Amino acid sequence: METLVTALTIFVLAIFIGFEVITKIPPILHTPLMSGSNAISGITVIGALLSAGYQVTMLTTILGFIAVLFATINVVGGFLVTQRMLGMFKKKD
Amino acid sequence: MENFVKISYLIASVLFIVGLKNLSHPRTAVRGNALGALGMFIAILVTLFDKNIVSYEIIAGGIIVGSLIGIVLAKKIQMTAMPQLVALLNGFGGIASILVAGAALLEALELGKLVDPAFSVSTGLSAAIGAVTFSGSMIAFGKLQGIVTEKAVRYPGDQVVKAIVLLGIISVGGYFVYEPTNSDLYWIISGIGIFLGLILVLPIGGADMPVVISLLNSYSGIAASMNGFVLDNNVLIISGSLVGASGIILTQIMCKAMNRSLTNVLFGGFGQVAEEVADSGDFYSGKVKSTTSEEVAMILDIARKVVIVPGYGMAVSQAQHTVRDLYNLLTSRGIEVEFAIHPVAGRMPGHMNVLLAEADIPYDKLKEMDEINPTFDSVDVVIVNGANDVTNPLAKTDPKSPIAGMPILEVGKAGTIVVIKRSLSPGFAGVPNPLFTQDNTLMLFGDGKKVTQEIINALKE
Repeated sequence: METLVTALTIFVLAIFIGFEVITKIPPILHTPLMSGSNAISGITVIGALLSAGYQVTMLTTILGFIAVLFATINVVGGFLVTQRMLGMFKKKD
Repeated sequence: MENFVKISYLIASVLFIVGLKNLSHPRTAVRGNALGALGMFIAILVTLFDKNIVSYEIIAGGIIVGSLIGIVLAKKIQMTAMPQLVALLNGFGGIASILVAGAALLEALELGKLVDPAFSVSTGLSAAIGAVTFSGSMIAFGKLQGIVTEKAVRYPGDQVVKAIVLLGIISVGGYFVYEPTNSDLYWIISGIGIFLGLILVLPIGGADMPVVISLLNSYSGIAASMNGFVLDNNVLIISGSLVGASGIILTQIMCKAMNRSLTNVLFGGFGQVAEEVADSGDFYSGKVKSTTSEEVAMILDIARKVVIVPGYGMAVSQAQHTVRDLYNLLTSRGIEVEFAIHPVAGRMPGHMNVLLAEADIPYDKLKEMDEINPTFDSVDVVIVNGANDVTNPLAKTDPKSPIAGMPILEVGKAGTIVVIKRSLSPGFAGVPNPLFTQDNTLMLFGDGKKVTQEIINALKE
């Protein structure tokens, strides 16, 4: 129960930080924001890595592997495409 | 060692927050994205040190194949197809969340760990939200890619069906919390969730995709957060919440820019009638002035200030580079050129900005609606390229119109308005645009790219 309350506290506070930080991002950068935040939500890769590595049963290993695959596409694709887009904004500086 | 991992996760979380903070200006945004990637790298690296990992082959396989696919997607994707890519990546995040929580559940059952309500609730939510995100995003992807119809697909009693399916998923979810050792229930929740995502997004029209993608972006974050509760992992909770908040903010901005509630966007079936009312000939007959590229070139020749209004039509005809050529030509003749960007122009938040940035338009020339609206009085020529509803004055004058109250770009105040359009067919909202019949409006019919090129040619002669 105590860990749940701690986790909920972190959850709620992080949402507030999110609101504070994201409202300051100008519309011109909203597409990179979406692809970049998309990459960040690929953090589930951590859970996937553990399942693919623990190999408790055949099934959990397979589920872990597929999850690693999808989450990695999310992370790598997300960060790279954001970098590509932001590069277009940057070069006119 | 455990503390080392937790501290590293904390560092990763901070890097994500600082990274997003740096996205507040184009100058620092590249660094921001790099910081986020660094955070991800640290988080993944320390996870790999976990002492319970028995072998690395499978992990390596997943990472290598996933990275290759990610690299190819990121490098090959056309800027006009960015909304599709974001939808696809949202979906991948959703399915990853289902699989991660599912694996965690099976592991807990196999190892005889205590499955308390906090665990089962967050596991069930991971499945439900992850599944809706996954299938919803796939439909959104299909609509943007043209595989699934862009129209709002409605049928009698559709809202009731949605309500029943929602009740179904809640009931099975409740039963799962009561009996978490039955892992079949978990997959049933996922299955219903996938069905729910389908029937939620299919009835939403193509031009409402900015809202849908933003909302699904938020869901993918919340699903990741739920994974964090399942795994008792703070970096997942924090990153997921950040993304969840980000998506919600974008959703709000998009809804506000159309003066519609989220409920109306999600359940209103907007865009369903777009084709049936395509014949609005009477509205326009005899009142519309058609023009030629040569005439437009002559008007531009004597202009001092020009504003270009891009819309989804510009993306469809891939006209951004031609528009850039026109911008360069006009600027080289001492004409001041700016771009007016409506928040919902295009198919995702910021879509037009990215396209114009790709075409090398300096970002300080891209003006937001609130900034440019007061200046239209002093603009000599407005060129509307592929936009329609966002310039429709009915939004202000007709309270019964479907777009009533939507903030618009007030281009009608300018000296001359040139509207580049294929035909007089209405925009997504299905209403005729009185702007086209205004005395100072000239219609230039044709493909956005081709016509822009003709104007350039005429200017050079």
